[in-house]
Amino acid sequence: MVNLIIDGKKITAQEDTMILEAARAAGIDIPTLCAHESVSRSGACRLCVVKMRKGNRSKIVTSCLYPVEEGIVVETKNERVLNVRRLVLELLLARNPESNVIADLAKKLSVTPQPRFTMDTDKGKCILCRSCVRVCEEVVGVSAIGLSRRGSQKTVGPPYNEESAVCIGCGACAFICPTGHIEMETTEDKRIIWGRTFKMKTCDVCGRYFAPEDQLKYISKITGVPLKELAVCMDCR
Amino acid sequence: MKIIADTKALHQLQKELKEKWDPQKPMVTICAGTGCRGYGCVRVKEALETEIEKQKLNVGVRATGCFGFCEKGPLVVIHPQKIFYQQVKLNDVPDIVAKTVAKGEIIEKLLYRDPNSGERILKEEDVPFYKKQKRLIFGSNGLIDPTRIEDYLAIGGYCALAKALSEMSPEGIIGEIKKAGLRGRGGGGFLAGAKWESCRKAHGSPKYIIANGDEGDPGAYMDRSLMEGNPHSVIEGMIIGAYAIGANEGFIYVRNEYPLAVMHLTLAIASAREAGLLGKNILGSGFSFDISISKGGGAFVCGESSALFASIEGRAGEPRAKYIHAVEKGLWDKPTVLNNVETWANVPLIINKGADWYASIGTEKSKGTKIFSLVGKINNTGLVEVPMGITLREIVYDMGGGIPKGRKFKAVQTGGPSGGCIPESMLDLPVDFDKLYEVGSMMGSGGMIVMDDRSCMVDVAKYFLAFLQDESCGKCVPCREGVRRMRDILEDICAGKGKEGDVELLETMSQAISDGSLCALGGSAPNPVLSTIKYFRQEYDAHIKKKRCPAGVCKALIKYSINPEKCTGCGMCVKVCPTAAASGEKKKPHTIDNETCIRCGACIESCKFDAINVE
Repeated sequence: MVNLIIDGKKITAQEDTMILEAARAAGIDIPTLCAHESVSRSGACRLCVVKMRKGNRSKIVTSCLYPVEEGIVVETKNERVLNVRRLVLELLLARNPESNVIADLAKKLSVTPQPRFTMDTDKGKCILCRSCVRVCEEVVGVSAIGLSRRGSQKTVGPPYNEESAVCIGCGACAFICPTGHIEMETTEDKRIIWGRTFKMKTCDVCGRYFAPEDQLKYISKITGVPLKELAVCMDCR
Repeated sequence: MKIIADTKALHQLQKELKEKWDPQKPMVTICAGTGCRGYGCVRVKEALETEIEKQKLNVGVRATGCFGFCEKGPLVVIHPQKIFYQQVKLNDVPDIVAKTVAKGEIIEKLLYRDPNSGERILKEEDVPFYKKQKRLIFGSNGLIDPTRIEDYLAIGGYCALAKALSEMSPEGIIGEIKKAGLRGRGGGGFLAGAKWESCRKAHGSPKYIIANGDEGDPGAYMDRSLMEGNPHSVIEGMIIGAYAIGANEGFIYVRNEYPLAVMHLTLAIASAREAGLLGKNILGSGFSFDISISKGGGAFVCGESSALFASIEGRAGEPRAKYIHAVEKGLWDKPTVLNNVETWANVPLIINKGADWYASIGTEKSKGTKIFSLVGKINNTGLVEVPMGITLREIVYDMGGGIPKGRKFKAVQTGGPSGGCIPESMLDLPVDFDKLYEVGSMMGSGGMIVMDDRSCMVDVAKYFLAFLQDESCGKCVPCREGVRRMRDILEDICAGKGKEGDVELLETMSQAISDGSLCALGGSAPNPVLSTIKYFRQEYDAHIKKKRCPAGVCKALIKYSINPEKCTGCGMCVKVCPTAAASGEKKKPHTIDNETCIRCGACIESCKFDAINVE
C-alpha cells in the first residue's frame, strides 16, 4: 500500500493505482473525457491533469496515467491545473460547439466560450480522444478504424474513409464515444455505421432483428461457438 | 576489407593506411556535402579528375564531407599547401589544375576575400569564419572521403573503440563519460553518462541504443552534415555506448529526406561490418553489436523520444506520457539509450583524449564544443563548431560576418521552433545549455536563425507557430487545438485585427499549453511567442494598438512610398512590379499606387538608391 496526500486528505491506495482512481475513491472529483474503464489510457484530453509534488520538485502530471507513489502530495484544484482545464474546455467548446456533453461539462466547471476563438463547423462532436479506436483494437480486436493525418487535420475513421472490410458493425465505437460523435443508424434489417450498411440477423426464437450478421460470424470465428448457437438474441437466451 | 581480428591488427592496419596517407602528397579535396552538391560540386569534382588526367598529373581528387562554409561553396582545398578556393565554378577547373595543382601558383580571384579588410586569404584556417572555431567533431569532415572506411581508419578512427574494448570496463567508460560532463546535443542537455548508467543498471533485456538523426528544426542541418561527412564517428560512438550499457542491437533513426546521409550511413555500416567492427566478437573482445537504419517519414514530432520509438516499432509517430523513463522502458518497452547523432560523435573523442581534457573545454556545466547552423540574415551561412561559452556576438559577427547589406541585428532564434528569440542586448551572453534556458530560449539541437531590423517579431512568432501547428501530432488537446488558436490570434494581430488583451490571452494560453501538453513539443511550443513578448512587447503593442508594423513586414499594416529626393527615375521598380503599382516617367521621381500594390517587396529589393519607404 502507498500513502499519499490529495487535496490535503491523507489517502492510502494500492500500488499501481492511478492518481485518478485514488482520488475518485476518496470522493475527490477529477473531470475526464478520454478515460474509460474498458480501454487502455491515452492521456489525450488533458482534463485530468493535477499538480504533483515529490520532495522539493513539483510538476503537472496526467492523473489517469500517473501511478500513486509514497509520500507525494497532489493538488487537483491548483490554479495552474484549473488554467489547463479551462483552456482545454474553451478549446473543445470552440472545436465542437454542437456537443452537449462538452457544454455541460464546461458549465459544471464554470467555463464559458472564449470569444477570441471562432467556432469550428467541420469537426462534428469528435474530440479525437481515440476511445473508439482503442475499443475497436483492444476489445473487439478488428482495428477497423484508426486515426489519419496529424495536428489539427487529424481525423478518425476507416482507412481512406472507404467502407471497411473488417468492420463487423458491432457499434462498440459508437457506444464508447463520450460525445456522441459516431453515428450509427439501425432500422430493422439494416445498420449503417462508418458509411457501410450491415445486414441484421433475426433471432431464431423471437424473430426480432438483433445483431449484424458479420458480428455474429466474427464472434463464432474467434470463440469457436457454432453460428447457429449465436443466432438467439440476448432476451431469448 | 578483411576482418580486423583484434586491437593489434587494427593498429597494424592503421599504420599501413597512415603511411599511404601522406599529408605532404599533392591532393585536391572538394566539399561534397548536400549544400555544395546544390552548387554543382559533383560536376566540378568530375572536371577536376578529367583535367588532372588530361595533364597527366599524379594527384588525387577526394570528395569529402561538408566543410561548413556553405555560403561560399563549392569549396576546394589544394594540398599540401592547403590553398583554399571558394565559389569554384566549372570553368575555373582548367586554371586550377594548370596553375595551382601543377605549378603551385595562386589564383587570386578564387581566394576568400575578407569583406572588412579587402584582403585575400590563402588558407582555410585563416578565414575569419573558421578562425575562432574549435572543430573537434566536425574537423575531420573536410579530410576524409566518408564512403571509405580506410580514410577514417587512417586518421585514427576506431582507436577509441579498441581502447574501450581492450582496456576499459563498461563501468569505466560510463565513469569517463560522466566525468567528461557530456550533455545530450539533441536539445534536452541531459547528462549522457547518467543516462547510460541508469540504462546499464535497469532490469530487462535486450537493451537497445539509438542515434537520433531526426533533425527537423527549420534551418538546422548539423546532424545531417555529420552523418553525411563522418558517419563512422557516429557508429564508433554507438559501439562504445552499446558496450558500456550492455546492448547488442542499435538503430540509427534518420529522416528519409536526407538521402545522402542514409546512403553514407548504409555504406559505413556495411563496411564496418565487413571489417568486423560491427557484428559478432568485435575486435576479438567477445562483444557483439550491430546497427540497423530506421528511416523516418519526416514528421518533426518523431524526434521526440517516445514518438521515435513508436515510429521504429512501426506505429504512428505519436508520443506517450512518460512517467517511466526510456532507460527503463524505451523501444519495445526495453531499456533504451537514445542520444543525438552529435552526442554519439563526441564519445570517441572523450575515450581517446580522456575526460579531463574534454572537461577543460567549455563552461562549468556545459562541456566540449557544439555545432551550430548559422542561417537567416547573416553574411556567412554555414555550420560552426565552437567551444561552449563563446558569446553570441562572436558567433554572429566574427564567424557569421554580421548582417548582410549593413543592416542592424535584431534577434537570434536559438533552439529551433521550440526555442526563443534573443535580443541584441543579450549578444554577449555566453552560449551554453543553462544560460540559454535562463533567458527563455534553449540550446536545442543547435539551430541559429539570425534576424535583422526588417524582421517583424510578431510575424516570426506566427511563422514558428504555423510550423508547430503543422507538426503537432494531434494527440492531445492543448497542443493540437491550442497552438492553432494561438496562431489564429497572431494572424489577426498581423492583419490589423488584434484586440486589446490579446497579449495577455496569449500568455495565459502559453502557460496552459506548456503545463498541459503531453510531450515536449507542445510543452515548448509557446516559447517563440513568450520570448518575443518578453523582449519585443512594443512590437505587439504597435500592431494591436497603433495598427502599425514597425519592421514593415505585415502587409495589412504597411504602405509603400517613394522618396522623391532619393529616386533617380531609373525605372527598375516599374520593371519588377508585378501589379504595375509602381509608375513614373524616366529620370523623374516615381510613385507607388497603394491600391494596386501587393507589398511583395520586389521594388525594395531592386532599388539601388534605397528610395522606397515602408511605413
